[in-house]
Amino acid sequence: MKRSLVNRAVYLLSVAIYSAGILSSCSTQASEAESVLSAGASVSKELPVVEAELTSPPQVPALITRKHPAKVIVRLEVKEVVKQLADGVDYTFWTFGGTVPGKFIRIRQNDEVEFHLMNHPDSKNPHNIDLHAVTGPGGGANSTFTAPGHETVFSFKALNSGLYVYHCATAPVGMHIANGMYGLILVEPEEGMATVDKEFYVMQGDFYTKGDFGDPGLQPFDMKKAMDEKPTYVVFNGSVSALTGENALKAKTGEKVRLYVGNGGPGMVSSFHLIGEIFDTVYPEGSFTTKSNVQTTLIPAGGAAIAEFKTDVPGNYVLVDHAIFRAFNKGALGMLKVEGPENKEIYSGQILDKIYLPEGGTIQEMPTAKAPAAPVAESKEERIALGKAIFARNCQACHQAEGQGVKGAFPPLAKSDFLNADVHRAIGVVSNGLEGQIKVNGQLYNSTMPKLQLSDEEVANVLTFVLNSWGNKGGVVTTEEVIKTKAISKE
Amino acid sequence: MARQLFILMLVLSTCHLALAQKSAPATMARIKGGTFVPLYGAGKTAVPVKGFQLDKFPVTNAEFLAFVQQNPKWRKSEVKRIFADAQYLRHWTTGQSIGTDAAKINNSPVINVSWFAAKAYCECQGKRLPTVNEWEYAALASETKADATNDEKFYQRSLEWYSQPNPEYLPSVQSSFRNYYGVYGMIGLVWEWTADYNSTMLVSDARTTESNNQQQFCGAGASSATNVKNYVAFMRYAFRSSLKPNYTVGNLGFRCAQSINTQLAKR
Repeated sequence: MKRSLVNRAVYLLSVAIYSAGILSSCSTQASEAESVLSAGASVSKELPVVEAELTSPPQVPALITRKHPAKVIVRLEVKEVVKQLADGVDYTFWTFGGTVPGKFIRIRQNDEVEFHLMNHPDSKNPHNIDLHAVTGPGGGANSTFTAPGHETVFSFKALNSGLYVYHCATAPVGMHIANGMYGLILVEPEEGMATVDKEFYVMQGDFYTKGDFGDPGLQPFDMKKAMDEKPTYVVFNGSVSALTGENALKAKTGEKVRLYVGNGGPGMVSSFHLIGEIFDTVYPEGSFTTKSNVQTTLIPAGGAAIAEFKTDVPGNYVLVDHAIFRAFNKGALGMLKVEGPENKEIYSGQILDKIYLPEGGTIQEMPTAKAPAAPVAESKEERIALGKAIFARNCQACHQAEGQGVKGAFPPLAKSDFLNADVHRAIGVVSNGLEGQIKVNGQLYNSTMPKLQLSDEEVANVLTFVLNSWGNKGGVVTTEEVIKTKAISKE
Repeated sequence: MARQLFILMLVLSTCHLALAQKSAPATMARIKGGTFVPLYGAGKTAVPVKGFQLDKFPVTNAEFLAFVQQNPKWRKSEVKRIFADAQYLRHWTTGQSIGTDAAKINNSPVINVSWFAAKAYCECQGKRLPTVNEWEYAALASETKADATNDEKFYQRSLEWYSQPNPEYLPSVQSSFRNYYGVYGMIGLVWEWTADYNSTMLVSDARTTESNNQQQFCGAGASSATNVKNYVAFMRYAFRSSLKPNYTVGNLGFRCAQSINTQLAKR
């Protein structure tokens, strides 16, 4: 009897919903922005109202100078956009504000935030936002579930200071994050933050594409790779070249630099490191407690850190995930260019990149006495076959599997004007290394290629392979030519 | 109380009768009955789906225009906000014409329509909206198989479509793939309204578990899904649960269904 009454009540309830159009709601979903606002009694009226300035990476909004809490209005728009993931590789990113990571939000402890989430009408999917800075169920996700073409609003009080990740939490959650739906929100402590000369916003993320690293075209999301946690790309700021070449971060010597570094994941933990610098101060895990003199700071997926340092010596400093294959083979490379006068006392002038340049046996002296006799090529075909293996071991880490290089960091060998213009010069580069600025296919590169410990026969083979690959001009480099060229260059 | 609501339902469903019963069977496909395991709502057990008729194509702009011309209360100038939000038919120029883009989208799926409008349209055709289970069951089919759940290529294609933003102009309803039943565009054109779209909701935060008491009303959460690998189904359920019945969305259309019994009765 009791059961049938319950059934009847449930039946009536559902009839009421379907027929009368009572806005059926799971929980706290906003029906219309206005109604939430009028009902949102928790927002104090005495506080001054401030519209938050949001910035796209790598920019950071200005330091907060006010000494009192405010009611801060944040408006964040969700957009699904096709953008470049790597040179020649596009991806459909789901974003907070059109970029990966999403807009940087900067507020102050005890601010009361009125948060508007707008989902662009062109979006295919509903989205929401979980801000780790929020105290309350779902971090706001419950209250911001938003259909395309709609807007939801909720408010929260920023009780805890720190640097926090925000992300989308709509099913399938992993896919929403893997498509780029994350960013950072900084809650400055009440006592404020020290001013610095430069602030930058960097966020790592891993991407899972159907094609391999560098496979061109619009690459779809690969669910299997994502579930296996085997990313195709691990990048800073949503693209392999987001922080290299012309997009490099820039500072002058003697400046104090502060990096806000997040890790959106979804799968990888970041061993964040800046080649050639020691972080004077790190606020680990985004908490306003400090550690001094840190080389590599661990940033969990869904976590963040603040790193500060002073630039003493000019040059290029490379941001990496020090799980180093991600840096050299999956894209987790960024660049900080520091300009200014040399400081020979601190650093004598070698290029810092050199320490981390190519992997493998080439930069070590091989104990030649014990090495088995290297095969000697009898024909062009054999040279190409032997050269291919030499390339894979010694060159591919930087110049990439298809010779495409990494824009801004390692020059391409495929269809390379620099290579094809002068084969003898190429012999010299492979035999003796190369340092300084060169122009390849219209792009400037200023880096170091170390001298490779290759035999003359091996130099001839690898160059023959390169010349006969990826649209280069062809031809054969013989061992004799290598010997001759090296002799000339010594004179 | 129940009777009053029933009367209200009748009032809501009245429409211009000129359109009613007009559908020729040729525009519908027969979906053979069977069972399937929905992502939510039935534990891990298969639920039966009775055989039914389903429109071969989603309703087009031209078809919906004919409907609003004969039923003025569903014109965007006339419709009540409680039945359709402010974006209702926003891609049309006026209440009675599609406007400048007509040639491009006459034959494309109608979008920016509310659940109430979709329901009224189907009722005027002597049809109804399909249930979630009917829709999901029919959408399991690839070109060649009634159930392509484990067909990786089919699955990947679906996932890719769900990942892409909307094109500027939706293609014609005929341009999409024809599935095993002869139904077009279940996946690859637009999201579609269903009669009970919110009966087995995801909670708005997809990570909470059944212990959350909201679930008692809303159905199951992410952790109680029958197949956590079925992302395409997740996305459909997530989309549906973000909706309210007066919502209109730029990639949400509908098609109508009909029970087999109703059809026999008519003959």
